[in-house]
Amino acid sequence: MSTLTEAPPPLAPEAPEPKPPQRRGRWTPYWLLLPGILWLVVFFALPMIYQASTSVQTGSLEEGYKVTWHFATYWDALSAYWPQFVRSVLYAGTATILCLLLGYPLAYLIAFRAGRWRNLIMILVIAPFFTSFLIRTLAWKTILADGGPLVGALDTLHVLDVTDWLGWTAGDRVLATPLAVVCGLTYNFLPFMILPLYTSLERIDGRLHEAAGDLYARPWTTFRKVTFPLSMPGVVSGTLLTFIPAAGDYVNADLLGSTDTRMVGNVIQTQFLRVLDYPTAAALSFILMAAILLMVTLYIRRSGTEDLV
Amino acid sequence: MEQYEPDRLSPAQVAAMRRSLTNGRAALTRRSLLRASAGGALAAGGIGTLSACGIPAAGRSQGGVSAEDHSAKEKTVSFSNWTEYMDVDDSGKHHPTLEEFTKRTGVKVKYTEDINDNNEFFGKIKPQLAAGQDTGRDLIVLTDWLAGRLIRLGWVQKLDPSNLPHAYANLSAQFRSPDWDPGRAYSYVWQGISTVIAYNKKALDGVEVTSLSDLLDNPKLKGRVGFLSEMRDSVGMTLLDMGKDPAHFTADDYDAAIARLQKAVDKGQIRRFTGNDYTSDLTSGDFAACVAWAGDVVQLKADSPDIDFLIPDSGYVTSTDNLLIPNKARHKTNAERLIDYYYEPKPAAELAAYINYVCPVDGVKAELAKIDEDAANNPLIIPDKAMAAKSHAFRSLSSKEETEFEEKFAKLTGA
Repeated sequence: MSTLTEAPPPLAPEAPEPKPPQRRGRWTPYWLLLPGILWLVVFFALPMIYQASTSVQTGSLEEGYKVTWHFATYWDALSAYWPQFVRSVLYAGTATILCLLLGYPLAYLIAFRAGRWRNLIMILVIAPFFTSFLIRTLAWKTILADGGPLVGALDTLHVLDVTDWLGWTAGDRVLATPLAVVCGLTYNFLPFMILPLYTSLERIDGRLHEAAGDLYARPWTTFRKVTFPLSMPGVVSGTLLTFIPAAGDYVNADLLGSTDTRMVGNVIQTQFLRVLDYPTAAALSFILMAAILLMVTLYIRRSGTEDLV
Repeated sequence: MEQYEPDRLSPAQVAAMRRSLTNGRAALTRRSLLRASAGGALAAGGIGTLSACGIPAAGRSQGGVSAEDHSAKEKTVSFSNWTEYMDVDDSGKHHPTLEEFTKRTGVKVKYTEDINDNNEFFGKIKPQLAAGQDTGRDLIVLTDWLAGRLIRLGWVQKLDPSNLPHAYANLSAQFRSPDWDPGRAYSYVWQGISTVIAYNKKALDGVEVTSLSDLLDNPKLKGRVGFLSEMRDSVGMTLLDMGKDPAHFTADDYDAAIARLQKAVDKGQIRRFTGNDYTSDLTSGDFAACVAWAGDVVQLKADSPDIDFLIPDSGYVTSTDNLLIPNKARHKTNAERLIDYYYEPKPAAELAAYINYVCPVDGVKAELAKIDEDAANNPLIIPDKAMAAKSHAFRSLSSKEETEFEEKFAKLTGA
């Protein structure tokens, strides 16, 4: 976006007369922007307008839909489906924090300690992407199967009693519970956290660590005062890249969840494809978009980091 | 050593350091992102343009809109079907019955397996059909309720009976006159689908299951019961269990069935509502028992001795997948010839032997016995009298009812 508002290159002040090549050059940035702009108009702006319009229409499939500025759809949708909204934010938030806790040490390891193993570990992080999202999610059904080794072990260790008490699991199973959905989300979006973190960490000059050591900072202090603040851009973009798609995800809730774990993505899908209530589906999409935009804005403001990459 | 701890850097120093680290390249910044999101909100707020949009009413021309029929000149027909819904030879590359059709008639079949879900496919073809355009498909296969919707919307073409002698003669009585297409003016059955109760003997561990009530009430099965996300199958089976006929029920009956299911959901009896993926839950034993489609169960039973099915005394729901010719299809006659071909006993038997669904063609048993004796005696493929007597169709719904009922069912499944 910053390139959009950038002024065209100024003419050289000492130029004796306007040269034709420079006049042509004036428009070059715009020509270069054209494909991107067209892309945005066709695949972003127009669908947005179309959806915005759908959300204030009323009608039925037979009679057609007309714009009646029926804004009540928004209120109805929100009052009917607020639990799913809250759940989406909760699950996506939990998954994002888990991703950060899992991803940060790994990104740190790759950036500073991996040495010649760095490329191999990077490949291992990215490799799951070569498999379909669906297959990766379905694999969790095998991992968390009732009475399977993992669930059996958790049950023997009485971990499931605790999670059951917390309401994360039900009885002696993990599948079809909130925990399974959060696990799926965490797993599926983990690389989106690791990659920006790694980019941020890898750019930190090793000499800063040496300098901190020379100034008698203990390793933990070095991390707290040097490494972590410098990796903030990675933390912020990583959490955004994880949270935003996770909040709109519906595959994990569909395959690993149950009736009480449905997220707002599931509601939108059902309203759009099954119930054929297009206005409600569009309104829900806009509410989700607005909610995410608001949360992200507040988050970026508070996090106080300027760079996002 | 505390006195050597470095002081906090001044904001200017931090800024300078950060600048040096980003090497001055045009990094994505917080401010630019905020600006961009504000811009996005503004663009979305450009509501003056919104009222220009709208979705036109569906074309309601009875009899459908035919395009010029190019069947005679272009010897081809484009056939869209569900995945794994056609016979395949051992190499997995050829469809013997389709190739036989081409050999006999000279009409090439462009066969695509691009239907995975009724709702999804409807979303896919809706824009073209609503705008009165060719979908590029001459023949599509849709489940009865969606077929009924397309007929209601006037988006499919009336079939010409003179091209369908075998289909007319051999269609099973059971499927002859559904309430959404009386006399089969627009559609013919591709396969019938029976909804039954499937169970995993090992997972049941001696718990006896004889009816849908056991699935909904038996506390020993808590959290290990699956239902289908297809509203008509789940609610239809529940209606039958409550002594109502899904072919004739009132809105109150429907609400009662939903309430019964809701009770089971609330106490954690029903684990989840699934699409086709219930098969993996059932084989892994995560589902001890579930509502299932018989065609799948025949297959699962062949693979695993633990899986079996039962047909409740109260009866079972039968639905159909139907062949339809969408508006503006270029090769209507060729498509009709293909429909008719699959109503000849021999190709019908070859197909039934491969895909294990209910065969809608009369007089196929003898042909099927030549290929596979077991299949010919399997009431799930060729229903016997007792089986056919228990079969119930789900009545067709008006578009208002459809939205209302689907909405209630969506709430039940967690929305």
